[in-house]
Amino acid sequence: MSGRKIGEVILDLKNISLSFGGVKALQDISFNVLEHEVRAIIGHNGAGKSSMLNVINGVYRPQQGDIILRGKHHTNMDSYGAANAGLARTFQNIALFKGMSVLDNIMTGRNLKMKANMLQQAVWFGAAQREELEHRAKVEEIIDFLEIQHIRKTPVGRLPYGLQKRVDLARALAMEPQILLLDEPMAGMNVEEKQDMCRFILDVNDQFGTTVVLIEHDMGVVMDISDRVVVLDYGKKIGDGTPDEVRANPDVISAYLGASH
Amino acid sequence: MAFFLETLLGGLMSGMLYSLVALGFVLIFKASGVFNFAQGAMVLFAALAMARFSEWIPAWLGMDNLFMANVLAFAVSVAIMFVVAWLIERLALRYLVNQEGATLLMATLGIAYVLDGFGQTIFGSDIYKIDVGMPKEPVMMLESVFEGGILINKEDFIAALIAALLVISLSVFFQKTATGRALRAVAADHQAAQSIGIPLGRIWVIVWCVAGITALVAGIIWGSKLGVQFSLTTIALRALPVVILGGLTSVPGAIIGGLIIGVGEKLSEVYLGPYVGGGIEIWFAYMLALVFLLFRPQGLFGEKIIDRV
Repeated sequence: MSGRKIGEVILDLKNISLSFGGVKALQDISFNVLEHEVRAIIGHNGAGKSSMLNVINGVYRPQQGDIILRGKHHTNMDSYGAANAGLARTFQNIALFKGMSVLDNIMTGRNLKMKANMLQQAVWFGAAQREELEHRAKVEEIIDFLEIQHIRKTPVGRLPYGLQKRVDLARALAMEPQILLLDEPMAGMNVEEKQDMCRFILDVNDQFGTTVVLIEHDMGVVMDISDRVVVLDYGKKIGDGTPDEVRANPDVISAYLGASH
Repeated sequence: MAFFLETLLGGLMSGMLYSLVALGFVLIFKASGVFNFAQGAMVLFAALAMARFSEWIPAWLGMDNLFMANVLAFAVSVAIMFVVAWLIERLALRYLVNQEGATLLMATLGIAYVLDGFGQTIFGSDIYKIDVGMPKEPVMMLESVFEGGILINKEDFIAALIAALLVISLSVFFQKTATGRALRAVAADHQAAQSIGIPLGRIWVIVWCVAGITALVAGIIWGSKLGVQFSLTTIALRALPVVILGGLTSVPGAIIGGLIIGVGEKLSEVYLGPYVGGGIEIWFAYMLALVFLLFRPQGLFGEKIIDRV
C-alpha cells in the first residue's frame, strides 16, 4: 500500500441502534472510518453486518444514533441522498440491471454527474452527445481498470457470477465515490476470483484514494487487505482495531471459536 | 387475394391503435411495477381536454384557423397531462414505494375514478368531437396489381402512421438517451437504481408523463374516429389482451401483440365468422389472451418469472 496516506475521520457512526419489531439488529454501535483506509466489518451470519451497511447507505434509518459524514449529520438521508453525498455500494446478491448490457449498466453509474436535460437528450445532438461521450470515456477507463473489456456489450444476465460481481463494482466506481461500500464482495467466489477481487479493491484504494468499507465473513481475506476491522456479534460490537489486535481479542476468539457461549 | 390483403391491412392498422394504448400500460408497468388501471381514464381525460380546448381556444382568442386551434389545444393538453402525472406521483405513488402490487393496483383504480369524475366535471359529459382534419374518404390502391385494387381507409392509415412514429421515437428515447437508460435501470431494480443516485420520484413522473402523451395521442385518434365520450375508457379493456399477448414488460411485445390481435380479429371475423354466426371480433382477443395465460403466462416477449424455492 504505497502512495496513500490515511487521513482524518470521514465517516463517524455514533450509538447506532436498529430494530425490526422485536429483533434488535444493531445495538448501540459506534465506530469511525478514516479517509483513504480499508475498513472491514466482520461477523457471523445474522451478526448485523448487512444492516450496518444499509444504515450507512440510507436504506434503513436507525431508531437511534447519528451518522456524521465529513462533519455533517446525515441521519435522515435515503439511499438517493447517500449516492449524492458520495457513497457508492455493491450488493451481496448482485443487483445489476438485468437485460441491459455491461456498458449500459456502468453508464447508469454516471447518472448523477450528467447535466444535460431531457429536451437536450431528446434532440441528442449537441450538449447531450458531448456529455455522453465524456462519460463514456470515463466508463471505458473503469472497464480497462477492472479488465472487463471483452464483455462490454454482453447483457449482464449472461455473465458468470464472478464477472457480475466485477460489473457491480464497476458500476459503483463509475460514480467516482469518496466512500465505497462493498457487501460481501468475495462471497461465492473461487480462490482465483477472490484474489482478483482483492487486487481490484486494493488498487481502487491505492490509485483513486477511495475509502473502502467492506463486509465479509472470509476472515483470512479480510485480515490481509484491511487497515482496521470492526467485529459484530448478534448486533453488538465486540471488537475494533487493526487485524492483529482483533485477532488477539479474547471476545472475538470466543465468538468465532464458540469457546464460552 | 385483394380482399385478403384489404382485411389484413385493415387489421394491421387497427392493431397499431391497440398497440398505442397497450404501450401506456407497458411503460408504467416496466418502470414501477404498477399495473395502471387508470390508463383508460387517462385516454378519456386527455381526449376531453383536447376536444374542449380546441373549441374554447378559438372562442377565447377569436380566431378561426383550425390548424392553429388544434396545435394550441394539443400543447395545452400535453401540459395538462404533465400536471396530472406530477400530481399522481405527488399525491399517491410517493407514499406507496415498495408496497404490494395489489395495493398499487387499487391505487390506480382509485386514480381512474377520480380522473373519470373530475374530467367530466370540468370538461362536461356530452359527446364531443375532435376534428384534426384527418381525411375521412377511403382511397383505392394497387389498382394495377389487383382487379379493382384494394380499399384503404385514409384516416386509419394516417393514424397507424402516427402511432408507428410515436412508438419508434419512444423506443429510440429508451435505448439511446441517458434518461431512457435511467428508466430501464429503475424498471430492472428500484433499490439498486436509487443507490446509484437515480431519483425514483422524478423517473416516475417522467414515465407517467410519457404514458400521458400516449394516452393523449390514442385519445385524439380514437376520439376523432368515434367521438369523445365515456366509452373511450373501455379502449383500455381492448388493450388488455394485447399486453397479455405481448408481455407486460416488453415494448416490442406491445406493438407486435397489438398487430397480432388487430389482424386476428379482422381475419377471424371475415373467414371464420360465417361458420359460427359472426361476432368473433368482440371476443377473439380475449380468447387468445386466455389461451396465452394458460400456456405462456409471461406473453410472447415478457420476462419469465422464476421463483427460487
